[in-house]
Order: sequence, then structure tokens, then C-alpha cells
Amino acid sequence: MTRPASPVGNATTRLPPVDLAPLRRHRRRRVLVQVAALAATAFMVTPLYLITLSAFSTRDALNSFPKSFLPRDVTTSTVTRFLDTTGVLESFRTSLIVGLQTLVLSLVIGAPAGYAVARWVFRGRDLYQIGLLLIRALPIAVLAVPLSVIFLEINLYDTTYGVALVHTGLALPTTVLITASVFVSVPHDLEEAALLFGCTRAGAFRRVVLPMALPGVAASSIFTFVLSWNEVFAAGVLTLRDRTLPALMLSQLSQSGLDYRFAGGFAMVVPSLVFIAIMRRYLLNMWGSTIR
Amino acid sequence: MTTAAVFDVEAGTGRRARWGRLAAPYLLVLPSALFVTLVFGWPIVSGLGDAFTDGGALTLTHWRRMVADQQFWPAVRNTLLLIAVIIPLQFAFAVGMALLLQARPRLSGLYFYIWVVPLAVSDLAAGLVWLSIFADRGYLNSFLDWFGVDLVEWLSYQNTNTMFLAVVVAEIWRATSLVLVIVVAGMQLVPRDYDEAAQVFGASFWQRMRHVVLPQLKPSLQVALILRTILALQTFAVAQALTGENFPLLVGKSYQWTVRLYDQPVGSAFATLLLAIATAFSIAYLWLLRPARGERGGGR
Repeated sequence: MTRPASPVGNATTRLPPVDLAPLRRHRRRRVLVQVAALAATAFMVTPLYLITLSAFSTRDALNSFPKSFLPRDVTTSTVTRFLDTTGVLESFRTSLIVGLQTLVLSLVIGAPAGYAVARWVFRGRDLYQIGLLLIRALPIAVLAVPLSVIFLEINLYDTTYGVALVHTGLALPTTVLITASVFVSVPHDLEEAALLFGCTRAGAFRRVVLPMALPGVAASSIFTFVLSWNEVFAAGVLTLRDRTLPALMLSQLSQSGLDYRFAGGFAMVVPSLVFIAIMRRYLLNMWGSTIR
Repeated sequence: MTTAAVFDVEAGTGRRARWGRLAAPYLLVLPSALFVTLVFGWPIVSGLGDAFTDGGALTLTHWRRMVADQQFWPAVRNTLLLIAVIIPLQFAFAVGMALLLQARPRLSGLYFYIWVVPLAVSDLAAGLVWLSIFADRGYLNSFLDWFGVDLVEWLSYQNTNTMFLAVVVAEIWRATSLVLVIVVAGMQLVPRDYDEAAQVFGASFWQRMRHVVLPQLKPSLQVALILRTILALQTFAVAQALTGENFPLLVGKSYQWTVRLYDQPVGSAFATLLLAIATAFSIAYLWLLRPARGERGGGR
């Protein structure tokens, strides 16, 4: 207060010069990080853009060279022709049915186990979890090839149920892990309070735990559905006429034109965008590294 | 059961209630255990039987026919080579991308979303996506055309190396996101204090990676390694979409023998071989990444 005038000039001459190098280094680092992040993003996005572009190009444009990287004459004819091909819409339906069957089955079998793993420290729990991890380490071929014979014998070959059974086996470990991590996040106190206030265990589960766990359980089901939607080996080996979309595409790869293949690729990619958008919050806690 | 059940246990009475409580987790786990045993155990046993027997007698005929397949050794080579190339690259990229995210650049939420989108793309779809790029009249050749480069037949059966390259790029695009998600999840569990302390004491970037970040990520990396190797072993639709059957892989051969040639025992032999490789890899990883002596539990 005694020297209200601006002492800036004085101060700077007296203080040592400010070292700007760390600040500059920091800024340079931020720019580098941003550039690297943009490069990675470009690598991830470009193929998605190009398959979209291909799916909405005319057949002539697909055969032309060099290709244009910008949407010139956008058309839905390639996609509609793909959808009109015999078997394609049916395979969409089959994929949907198999996915839903897998979803229900793995939830009915897996969610109770997830609840048990989350709530109780029981003898054999570690063994059970290691077993689940081991199951994920099995190649699908080991199951699907012998099952093609077994299913023929028990009349499950070429049915949606047969494929759904295998897909449930594949999805089960993840279902248990995700639902367990969901149930862990529901405070145990609330459940106990419900028990104290006269709920039965089932009632406490239904009225308290389930409503809180529902979003996470839904996420787990979506994951299961996508796993089934994408799976191609088992679906291809276990079906003949009633094929899922990937199995159909795989069996027709060599006999179909590029336009058909690009439209099919696009049709298979679109659901994954939706899936990731819904699942973003849960992506990080379903790999078994969080609850161990 | 009413409230009494809850107090019963604490009072030490009500044997039935207590038994119910003890049995509950087992009853809940039981269906999944049974299902797994049935859906996994039965086919594996039956598959081993198919691969090693013919009309009830033990035989190695199917294995001989498997090895006699002209594409057998190329398939073995391609499968192992693919793993050897893809896995290190993917882990380097994934750890790098996770570190980028940890630096919290602007828009990091959006970046994460975009980087994990391929997580939900199937390997068949990924193959078709990259087919639009690597095809003879595809986007890569169109791009190179600007620079006056002649048309390259990336996916021709004569160019084994470019075929391999195409499959590697497509697989890196598709499956790096899986490793990324696991690594990011692991990083969230690791307190930042250690890294900050190392920074304060003047450790260089590589020193911090080597001695602080990577050791703490070990559990996640182990899970990711096993999972990713098993999945890489099973990759075949990418190669089929890109190259047809010109780039043989073991899973693809198993599919071919089972579905196209209706020779399921040979398909089973291929599958059994895959199982052996997968098991070998898992055991090797568990052993290589086992906790060093004294790493667990600070005491003693």
C-alpha cells in the first residue's frame, strides 16, 4: 500500500529471469500428445468411412479406378440390392433370434452365479473364477466341430437353439464377470436393511438389488448379444440353411461380387457403433482384472 | 423365511436356515457349472475321440491326412507368425494409446470412444472393411495412384508378404481396442502417486515405463495377453474375407475340412492341435508372468 505505483519494471530487473523452458516443454508435449491422438483416431476412423462410402456407391463406381475419396453420387441401390438377395433378410432374422436366445439363456444361467460370486466368499470361489477364465481360453473350433456331429444326433443341427447353446457357453464367463461386478457395486447395507425390515431374501433381491443392478445387467446382455451377433465359426459349422448373417456372408464370400461384400460388411459394422455407444460406461470393468 | 432367519444365524440356532445360507452360493453357481461341463466337456471329449479313432479303433489316420494337406505347414507357419507379429505390435500400440489417454488431451473422451469402436466389429466384418482398401481397385491403390505408383496386387496369392501385411493391418485395426480397454481398466486401478514420485525424483520416461508403469500393469497385461493370444489363434474370417483360402490359417483349415469337405475327424484334428497350442501359450504366459519371489505380500 505504501507504493501503489507499478513496480513491475523494478521487480523484473531484481528477480532472476523467468525460466520458460519447462512451460515450453509442457506445451510442446501437449501438442505432441494431441497429434499422436489424432493420428490414432484417423487410423481407426478412415476404414469405417471408406466402407460406408463403398456401401453407398454404385456398382460402376466400385469398379472404377482410381476411386474417389469423397461421396460423389450417393446411392442406396447397393445396400437395397444386398438386402433383396435371397437369404439375407432371413439371416438377419436368424441372427436376431440366436442373439436373443443366447442373451436370455446366458442371463438365466450366468446372472445368479454372478450374484453368488459378488455376495459370498464361499469355498471354491477362486477355483470357479479360474475355471471361467480357462473356459475363455478354449478355441471355439474345439467345441463347434465335435458339436456338429453331436447336434446331428440329437436333432439340434441347423437350429437356432444349437447355435445359441454354443454362444451361451462362449458368453457365460463374461456374463458372470460383468454381473458380478455390477452386483458388487450395489451396497450390501441396503440389502441388509431390506432384510431387517421384513423382506425375504428373494424379496430384497427383487425390490432393492434388481432395480439398482438393472442398467449394468442390461449392459451385460447387450455384450452377450453382440458376441453372438459377431460369432462366425460355430454359426458356420453348426448350420446349413438357417444361417446367421456372418455365417451366410462367410459361406458366400467366394461367389459374391464386391458390392455384395461391401454392403454386407457395412451391415455388420453398423450395430457395433450403436453397441459401443451404449456400452461405453461398462467397457472398463468386464475383463476379470477388476474383481480378482 | 422371515426376519427370524436373519437373526437365527447370529443366535446360532436354526440349523436349516444356516445350512440354507451356506448352500445358497453353491445353488446359484451350480447351473452355470453344469452347463459349462455339458456344453464344453462333452464336445471336447467327443472331439478327441473323433480325432484319434476310426470306427472305434485308435488310429492316427486323421492326423496323417491333416499333415498331408498341402496347406498344413503354411497354415501352422502363418498362424504362429501372425501371433508373433500382431501381439507385440498391439501391446505397444495399446499401451501407447492408454498413456495418451492418461495425459488427458482435449477430447480424450471422444478419442476413447472412437478407439474402442472396432471392439464390437467381428473379424469377418473387419476383413470386408479392409477389403475395400486392399482390393486391386481399392482405396489404397487409388491413393497411391495420386503419387504415380503402379497398381499393386496386395491380395494376390503370388504376393504372400503383402497378403500377410494386409491381414496384420486389419487385425491391428480390429483388435488393438480389446487390449486398450484392458490396459486402461488396469491403469485406473494403479495409483498415480508412484509415477508422480518417480517423476519428482527425475526418472526419465523409459525408466518410469520400465520400473513403475509396466510392473504395476502386470496383472492386466497378463489377462490381456492370454485373451488376445487365444483370440488371435482363432482369427480366420479376416483372412478369408481378404484372401479367400490363399492365406491358410489353422482355424480356417478346420472350418474348411468340416464344412466344405465334410471330413469332420480331420477338422477335429485341426481343432485339437489348436487346443494344444492355446494351452501351451496360456501355460507359458502364466509361468513367464508369475509373481517374482517376494513380490506378493510385503512381509518377511
